[in-house]
Amino acid sequence: MLSRVANHIYWLARYLERAENTARLIQVNTHLLLDLPRDVTLGWEPIVDMLSFRETFYEHYDTADEKNVIKFVVTDQLNSGSIINCLANAKENARIIREIIPSEAWELINQLYATAKEDSQSVLTRRHRFECLDKIVSGNQTITGLMGGTMNRDVGYSFLRLGRHLERADMTTRIIDVRSASLLPNVSGKLTAFENIQWMSVLKSLTAYQMYRQEMRLRISRADILEFLLKRDIFPRSISHSVKQLGKCAGELPKSQAFKKKVAEMSGELTKLDTRDLKQEKLHAVIDDLQAALIKIHNTIDETYF
Amino acid sequence: MAIRWGNYYPTPFYDELIRVRNKPRDAALELCEYLKNLSEKEINEFKTASTTAIQVMGITFTVYSEEEGSIDRAWPFDIIPRIIPKKEWDQIEKGLKQRVKALNMFINDLYNEQNVLKDQILPESLLEHSKNYLPECRGITPPHGIWAHICGSDLVRDENGTVYVLEDNLRVPSGVSYMLENRHVMKRVFPDMFEKYNILPIDNYPSQLYDMLSQMSPRKVHQPEIVVLTPGIYNSAYFEHAYLAQQMGAELVVGSDLVVDEDDIVHMRTVEGLARVDVIYRRIDDAFLDPEAFKEDSMLGVPGLMRAWKAGNVALVNAPGAGVADDKVVYAFVPDLIRYYLNEEPLIPNVPTYKCVNKEERDHVIDNIDKMVVKPANESGGYGMLIGPHASKAEREKFIRLIRRDPRNYVAQPMLLLSTAPTLIDTKVEPRHLDLRPFILSGMTTSVTMGGLTRVAMRKGSTVVNSSQGGGSKDTWIVDMEDK
Repeated sequence: MLSRVANHIYWLARYLERAENTARLIQVNTHLLLDLPRDVTLGWEPIVDMLSFRETFYEHYDTADEKNVIKFVVTDQLNSGSIINCLANAKENARIIREIIPSEAWELINQLYATAKEDSQSVLTRRHRFECLDKIVSGNQTITGLMGGTMNRDVGYSFLRLGRHLERADMTTRIIDVRSASLLPNVSGKLTAFENIQWMSVLKSLTAYQMYRQEMRLRISRADILEFLLKRDIFPRSISHSVKQLGKCAGELPKSQAFKKKVAEMSGELTKLDTRDLKQEKLHAVIDDLQAALIKIHNTIDETYF
Repeated sequence: MAIRWGNYYPTPFYDELIRVRNKPRDAALELCEYLKNLSEKEINEFKTASTTAIQVMGITFTVYSEEEGSIDRAWPFDIIPRIIPKKEWDQIEKGLKQRVKALNMFINDLYNEQNVLKDQILPESLLEHSKNYLPECRGITPPHGIWAHICGSDLVRDENGTVYVLEDNLRVPSGVSYMLENRHVMKRVFPDMFEKYNILPIDNYPSQLYDMLSQMSPRKVHQPEIVVLTPGIYNSAYFEHAYLAQQMGAELVVGSDLVVDEDDIVHMRTVEGLARVDVIYRRIDDAFLDPEAFKEDSMLGVPGLMRAWKAGNVALVNAPGAGVADDKVVYAFVPDLIRYYLNEEPLIPNVPTYKCVNKEERDHVIDNIDKMVVKPANESGGYGMLIGPHASKAEREKFIRLIRRDPRNYVAQPMLLLSTAPTLIDTKVEPRHLDLRPFILSGMTTSVTMGGLTRVAMRKGSTVVNSSQGGGSKDTWIVDMEDK
């Protein structure tokens, strides 16, 4: 496979995954805010931080209110990481490699971008927001399913999964980091109803609520949620699952010694981690380490293959 | 009923489907009957379905505009097909094969013995001024003596129904993917029409292309490595490059994917390292192919590619320098070339062409410029043309100056009354002018597409069919009427 093509497949998967996770994030925040008491001002700023957009955002907007944040994160052309730009980038990458991916996948990606563009006004209104964002989430799920069901299991497919899982792991760390930081710090044991709702929103951002319940069968608790999202590979959006997938991909690729080593290092770090012991500051440091490890993995992939 | 053939007036042109008012040609009877019975609502449904199919399939071409940069436009498509009876097509096919055979012999002669000049069939001066003649190619004979492996010849029909070759495209002819996709769209939206006719299939083009390309491989290996070399996604025909690569299962590469080593072998950069390339179906113009040999600042090409080609280590399709024969001045000599190389009479005539390089003909063109279509010798895509009858006085005068300054660079043809076909404008049918571009593949055998790409000038009265200038297209049906 051409290096350039592998690079495009990898980024196609990353952009699609990023668009989906961003859409999820907004869905959940919208729902969460409706559930919170009026005097709680959790607001929309955490979303901006979660996606590392703070600097760019305040270049263009004064206040992080609902209207501005949604516009900035979903439809703003000026924001290189907005959903619309992620989908545009996904489409550009797909277009360059349209002879590699199944033509139905190209059609779906093309269509997903067209739909998101068409919806760029209505998504700003609360009434249509759910429907519009849901199209993006289910759109990517459909694309993922279609590729899984039709693509040859060759190196191209490995690069696709590489991109997807690296991006997913990265988004999961971001969601855990900022969402938990904006919670009341360091409360263990029983939570108030309000805190409970916030932790549920962490799970729901990752569609993890139902699976958490099935797997952990416990009341919502910080340590268990962290355990589930960081370390349980049974859950396909957990960090540990993504890292395991990265390792699998490494096994399928040529010249992968350096890559395998980086994945093993990250995997080791995760295993050592004791989630009961993660107070807020320590959690933040751990997340930083995980993100640094992901960046190292990305750099290794980039140097070896692209 | 929205379509009333009684309101359709084909004259004074030759119409592809309607003989005279209200009288379809034999091959079009069923189709016209079918269309007549459609309600306005049904027509709109068909149009929407075809537009949606085109959007969903991502059939686009790229246009440049200063405001928006490069944008993808959906391919404009008319749902009423153009029909040609197989019997008539068989003759055209023979004529095209004859023409391309002579053209390939001509190119090979030009780069080797040059008998055509010695025997004074072609004036030597033409060669000296030809932009597409590459001195670098002297003395080379590519495998099987073939230079133009893929040729797209544009056919038109005049008011009497005679088919002419308007021009030959021997460099990087495009459009074949639209021909294939038009058929797919028709099958999606109009399946019931396919039951009424015995329409000859066109689907095997990609596999014929693949076979031809693999025959050109210098290495006799079981599965030669074939790549399609594209200038990239901003090229107007990028859709086609990707499409053909996909259909053939070939790698689609850009210049930077390829590298030529000291042994003049071409490789591509892969995730596993370098891999040898045998055949390059290149969709980049000669001048940009190799910065070592031609334009030094070309970012699209591959340094050393000409070295590798001359050493016989890689096949380039079409061969560099093949464009010397699609010069519009050389075009005027093609009937003579057919007689010279094949000792046969041309089966498809040329459109009468005045060469401005010849003083008498030049004076005739200038005197009659309001009746002429003036074309520069080396432009494509309909750019830089003058359509005399439609041009303003200032434009005509500008072209007279251009011709006087550089007569070698211009030819002129009398304004042809191109044939028309019924085309849906809103929900009514109106005649629109069209042409036809079949594609001819030359390898160990020669094959011609069943029909080709029919391009339609969507603007009323216009004869400019290029997609970059508001042209659309139709599916082209070669129908076997004997087999009904």
